[in-house]
Amino acid sequence: MSKEPESKEKRIGVYICRCGSNIADYVDVEKVCTEIKNEKNVRLSRVMMFACADSSQKDIIADIRNEPLDAIVVASCSPKLHLHTFRAVAERGGLNPFNYVQVNIREQSSWAHSDHPDQATEKALDLIKAGIARVSLSEPLNPITIPAENSVLILGAGVAGMRSAIELADLGSQVYLVDREFFVGGRVAQWGKMATTDQTGEELVKSLYQQIRNRRNIKVYTGAHVISSKGSIGNFDVQIKVIPRYVEPPCDPEGFSKAMEACPVTVDDEFNFGLTKRKAIFHNFRSEFPAFPVIDMAVCTRCGICARYCQGINLDQKEEIVQIHAGTIFLATGFNPYEPRKGEFGYGQLPNVISLQQLKRLLELTTGEFRFRDKKIGSVAFIYCVGSRQMDGDNKYCSRYCCTSAIHAALQLRQEFHVSNIYHLNKGIRTYGKQEILYEQSSRAGDIYLQFIEDEPPVVEANGEKARLTINDILSDKHEISLLADLVVLVTGMVPRENNDLNRILKVPIGKDKFYNEIHPKLRPVETVIDGLVISGCCQGPRNIHESVGSALAEVAKVYNVINKGEIQLEPTLAVVDPAVCEWCGKCAEACPFDAIEKVQAEKGWVAQVIEGNCKGCGMCTPVCPTNAIDIKGYSNREIRSMIVAMSA
Amino acid sequence: MSTFPHKILVFSTEKISDPAIDLAGLMKLHYPAAAHVIVLPCSSAVRPEWIMLAFETGYAGVFIAADGSDCPYGESCITKTAKIVERTHLLMKAKGITTNRLQMAAVCSVCAELFVRQMTLFSEELSLATTNAD
Repeated sequence: MSKEPESKEKRIGVYICRCGSNIADYVDVEKVCTEIKNEKNVRLSRVMMFACADSSQKDIIADIRNEPLDAIVVASCSPKLHLHTFRAVAERGGLNPFNYVQVNIREQSSWAHSDHPDQATEKALDLIKAGIARVSLSEPLNPITIPAENSVLILGAGVAGMRSAIELADLGSQVYLVDREFFVGGRVAQWGKMATTDQTGEELVKSLYQQIRNRRNIKVYTGAHVISSKGSIGNFDVQIKVIPRYVEPPCDPEGFSKAMEACPVTVDDEFNFGLTKRKAIFHNFRSEFPAFPVIDMAVCTRCGICARYCQGINLDQKEEIVQIHAGTIFLATGFNPYEPRKGEFGYGQLPNVISLQQLKRLLELTTGEFRFRDKKIGSVAFIYCVGSRQMDGDNKYCSRYCCTSAIHAALQLRQEFHVSNIYHLNKGIRTYGKQEILYEQSSRAGDIYLQFIEDEPPVVEANGEKARLTINDILSDKHEISLLADLVVLVTGMVPRENNDLNRILKVPIGKDKFYNEIHPKLRPVETVIDGLVISGCCQGPRNIHESVGSALAEVAKVYNVINKGEIQLEPTLAVVDPAVCEWCGKCAEACPFDAIEKVQAEKGWVAQVIEGNCKGCGMCTPVCPTNAIDIKGYSNREIRSMIVAMSA
Repeated sequence: MSTFPHKILVFSTEKISDPAIDLAGLMKLHYPAAAHVIVLPCSSAVRPEWIMLAFETGYAGVFIAADGSDCPYGESCITKTAKIVERTHLLMKAKGITTNRLQMAAVCSVCAELFVRQMTLFSEELSLATTNAD
C-alpha cells in the first residue's frame, strides 16, 4: 500500500446539518457526530438543525474564534447551494475561506439512499472523513484580485448585440460594437414582417440603431473583425481590423443612387439569398445603417465610374487596425440559415424549390401579384425541419423559430397575396407559447397540414411547371397523398456561423451541436469557461428574437455586476508548477487548451510556468506530467489521495 | 471494516456530472450507497495513480463520470479522458487487476437516471465478479 503524506496538525471543527429532517430522517446524525469526534485533528463536532441559519453561522464563527479552529467542515447540502455561504462564515470567523470544505450528505447520501438509512449513515461518515482529510491538507488560498476595465467589446451587431450595447451604455460602460458585415442588424435586417407583431426586421433594426447613435459611449465598427486577443477578464486587449468602405461623406443619397446604377459590375445579392443581383457598390436597402453604401473590393474593377457621380468615393482608403481595451467580451455573432444540399427535396435542381429565407425576402420585395420566376404563384407547399431535427447528421436540434416563421409567412401569402392553396408537410408543428395562435389562424384559414416521419420524407419531383410532392401522411394512417404546388418552400433552420478564426483567437468553447457552449444551460446560461467571455443570442443555439434579447439582457446583468467595481476577484483554483521537480518536457503545455503554460528559464534549466490569467483550473495538464510537478490548487494531488484513503477504510 | 463490500470510487466533475449525481438524490432515485464521489474540475484531470491507489486501498471499482462532449473546457476532454483510461488499463494489467473494474461513461448535467443505472449495473458486476472469484 502507498505511504500517504502525514496531515499537518490542524484544529478542525465539523458541523453536521440535520437540514430539518431532510438529512436527519435517514442519516443518524448523532452517531456520525460521535464517531467523527474521534478523527484525527477534529477538535469539535456538532449537530445543527440548519447549518445555513443565521444563528448557526454565528455559532460556527464563535467556535472558530473561541476554540480556536484552523479549519472547518460543514456536512450538509450540495456545495452548489451553500459553498459561498460557508466560505463567508469562515472568513468572518477569521479563517481563510479555502480552509473550509463542504461535504454533501443530503443529495449524495440521505436523499439518494433513503431506502437504506444505515448505509446512508455509513456513507455520510465516509464522506465526512474524506472532507476532514482534505481540509487537513488544504492550503490557505487568496482570490486573485485584478483591476477591471468598465468597458465591453460586443462582437456582432445584430439584435442581441445592439440591445446589449444600449443597456450597457445606459449603465455607464464604454461599449465597442463590432460587426464583420458593413451594415448592422445581422440576420434580422433580412427579415420582412416578423411573427407575432408584424413589425419588419428593417423597422426593428432602425429603432435600435437610432438609440445607439444617441449614446456617446457606444463606438460602432462595421466591416471589422478580430485579429488578435490577449489578456483575460477585466483586461482584454483586442485588435480589430477595419476594412474600408471606400465610400465616405459627403455625398447625397441621389449621388449614391446614380453611382450604384452606373457601376458595371453585377453579382448575386447575398442579402436576398441570390434572388436578385447587386452592384460592386451597394447597400442592402434604402434606410440601411450606416446610411451610406460600401464598395465590395473583392469584385470591384476600380474603373472609377462611380466616382463621377459621388465625390465621397475614395478607392485609396486603407485598412485600419484598432486597439480595444475591454473588461469583457460579448459574443453575439448570430447564426447562418441552413443551406440545403443540392438535390435535397429538389433544391438547386428544380427551379421552383426555395428556402424559407428566400421566401421571406421574396415577400419583402414583392408588391402586387405574388410571382416567382415570372410565374404567378397560386399554390405553395412548405416542407418542415429541413436541416433540423435530423436523426442522422449534425443538426439533431430543433431550430425553434422556423415553424412559427413559416406559418407566419403562409398567413402573409394568404392575406396579402391571396395564395389560397397552402400545404404544410411537417414532422410535428412546434409553435410553442403565444405563437400557437398563428397555427390556429392558419388552420382555420384552410391551410392543409400533413405529417411525415423521419424515415419516410416527402418526395419532390418536377411536374411540368409545377412540383409534385408525395407524402405518406401519418395523420391519415400513412395514406399516400400526392399534391401539386407552384412553389416548394424548404423550412430551413439555423446552423452555427463559420467563425473559425474568431473561435481560434478567443478559444471559444464549442458544444457538440457546434454552437458556442455555456457553462451550464440552467445554472450559468450565458457564461463560458473563459472568464469574461459571455455568449448570447443565436451563436449559442437556435432561438427566436424574444429569446435572444432575453439572453442578451441576462448577459448584461451578469457582466455589469462584475466590471463596474473596478476590480475583480477570481477563484484561485489554478495550476501551479513546482520548478524544483519540473524537467520541462512540454506535455503539460501540449495538453492545455488555453495556452496557459509557458516554458521559462530557471537556474536548473527550462521549466514550465503557469500564465495565471489564461489558466482555467481544469487540470488537464496534471495527469500528463511524468514527474508530478504540476498540481491544481484546491484539488492537489495530496488532497485527492488523502480523500481516497480516508473513504477506503 | 467497511459496511460496503464492493465500494466504488466515483470521479465526478464540478460543472457537468456532479450536478447529475445531485439531481439523482433530489429525485430520490436510489443507487448503491457503495458509490462514493470525489469531485474534480474536469474528468481529464483524473490521475491514473489515483485509480491505482483506490484499488490498492480496497475499492472494488472506479467509475469516471466523464464530461463527454458537454465539457465546458472543450471537446479535447473526450480524448484526454479516454487516454487516461487507456494508460490506467496498462497499469491495471501489470498489477493483475481486471480492467473491467474501471469504467467510464459520459454523464451530462441532467443525466441522473443514467448515473443511477450505471452505478446499479457496475455494482452488480462487481458483486458477481467477487462471487465467481470465490
